[in-house]
Amino acid sequence: MRWIGTMNKSLLYVFVGILLVFTSYPFLYMIATSFKSMQEFFQDPFSIILGSVTLEQYASVFSMGLMTYFINSLIVTVVAVLLVIVLAAMASYPLSRMKFKLNKPLFVLFLGGMMIPVHATLIPIFIMSNDLGLYDKLFALLGPYVAFALPISVFIFTQFMQDLPSELEEAAKMDGAGHLVIFSKILVPNLKPAIATIVIYNVVHIWNEFIFALILIQSQSKMTLPIGLQKFYGEFSVNVPGLMAALTLASFPVLIIFVLAQEKVVKGLIGGAVKG
Amino acid sequence: MISESKLETARMEAEVKLVRKKQKKKDILVILSFMLPALFVYTIFILYPIITTFNYSLFDWNGMGERVFVGLQNYTALLSDNTFWHALKNNAYLILVSVFVQIPLGLIMALVLFSSIRGKKVLNVLFFLPYLMSTVAVGLLWIFMFDPVNGPVNKLLNFFSFESIHWLSGSNSALIAILIVMAWQFAPFYMILFKAAMVGIPEELYEAAEIDGANGTKKFFYVTLPSLMPTIVSSSILAVVGSLKTFDLFYVMTGGGSGNATEILGTYMYRQAFVNFKMGYGSTIAAMMFIIALVCAVGILFLDFKRRKKQGVA
Repeated sequence: MRWIGTMNKSLLYVFVGILLVFTSYPFLYMIATSFKSMQEFFQDPFSIILGSVTLEQYASVFSMGLMTYFINSLIVTVVAVLLVIVLAAMASYPLSRMKFKLNKPLFVLFLGGMMIPVHATLIPIFIMSNDLGLYDKLFALLGPYVAFALPISVFIFTQFMQDLPSELEEAAKMDGAGHLVIFSKILVPNLKPAIATIVIYNVVHIWNEFIFALILIQSQSKMTLPIGLQKFYGEFSVNVPGLMAALTLASFPVLIIFVLAQEKVVKGLIGGAVKG
Repeated sequence: MISESKLETARMEAEVKLVRKKQKKKDILVILSFMLPALFVYTIFILYPIITTFNYSLFDWNGMGERVFVGLQNYTALLSDNTFWHALKNNAYLILVSVFVQIPLGLIMALVLFSSIRGKKVLNVLFFLPYLMSTVAVGLLWIFMFDPVNGPVNKLLNFFSFESIHWLSGSNSALIAILIVMAWQFAPFYMILFKAAMVGIPEELYEAAEIDGANGTKKFFYVTLPSLMPTIVSSSILAVVGSLKTFDLFYVMTGGGSGNATEILGTYMYRQAFVNFKMGYGSTIAAMMFIIALVCAVGILFLDFKRRKKQGVA
């Protein structure tokens, strides 16, 4: 990949500089502004190099209930992702390692879910949640979150399971092991890389999910972060540093995961896109 | 003797058959019990709602009171609804901008990361960060980037002695502003796709090109770009699918406002159903979105099928 090397070096650096400003200035602006006082912000709203650091914005953001949103998001994300892993792994076992008539149609049915715009399900899910008394409960989010995470997760699991050698289970079969034993004792321990991919993909997407939370949650004590941020905006529209503190905090967990496991995250996020 | 052994084999065969039959029944039971939980959730929260959306689309209904059956009236109304067509056009713009701005930008970023400049590790992280933020956070952040008074974007315009623009309240500028933000948010995603694909391009191809006297630009157009074609195609497919799913950014940044200028199908459906409480009409828009997605999906599969067949023959 040396074609670019012959380009004029200094031109390249200027170009990369512009690109870098475009991609990272907004991000740095967010973080820098969150450490400014209101006064500092109005004196110089653009600078990303700080004269002094204040944590007052973070304090006020916490006092306005950000913690509640944070915990709600955490609960929903953890529970939903755990459910997805279990359901998707189970469903992928027969799909990838057993022969039966409906195998292909069922697989296509699951994969088709990736193309479906969520809007096509919004109204019935809203009505259904109302009828079941789930409206404005965190629990209501689990169903749609798990359902819409299934297609990509089943896809990644089946791809992965197909690649596992069949000798793995044949020896166990000889010893008279049933499907449950083969699945839980032999396949699952070999699925760690696939599970990592699926966890990362779904954590990022469920943590950031917006529209189902928008239609299913109403009271402040049940809001997840994206909805809470939207609410903050209404209350904070003058206090820009305060809002930026909230935005920084909301983005923090995913960024931490990224910094800790950069390659895994990148792999997880392209997991569904490149194969096939 | 002979007949006895024959009898024996027949008996054994029958037994094997019986065992197989039992085995098959057992297999079906196993398959069912493994798949049932996922199928159950999938049916309740995806399949049933889609069918119900089509059902609701035939009614005039505010979500609470009585449902009045109106047949296909909602659909005829939709086809002569200017906002619907406008929204559909905006969705088409989204696809165009993805293919002609986001994907090339992602490609450029990936190329930079493969070039000979310093600090590529840091660049990699900085380029990628926008994609990790939630779309709501991205939207809120950029509202302030585009702020008419204190916003950095206008500051930059002023620096080059242009006048400030009220980005998000003007009708054309609002759409442009959101499309810029989308490029900012999604280019990194295409960047990682291209990076993954570039790693796979064999170095020999470049060496061969060098021997043939190709310079940098030629190497790009004769080696890099053709090798990346499959990634470009699959990225474009993702752009088509993604366009119909777009909602958050538009909702957060303008709410489809500015005189419908930034209305897309997603925000229009939401507005009709959950703001105006026209559940019937909202369902009709949702049903249309599903049909469009289905047509796109079938079209893409068909093209893919043809491509593979062609390759198979050749």
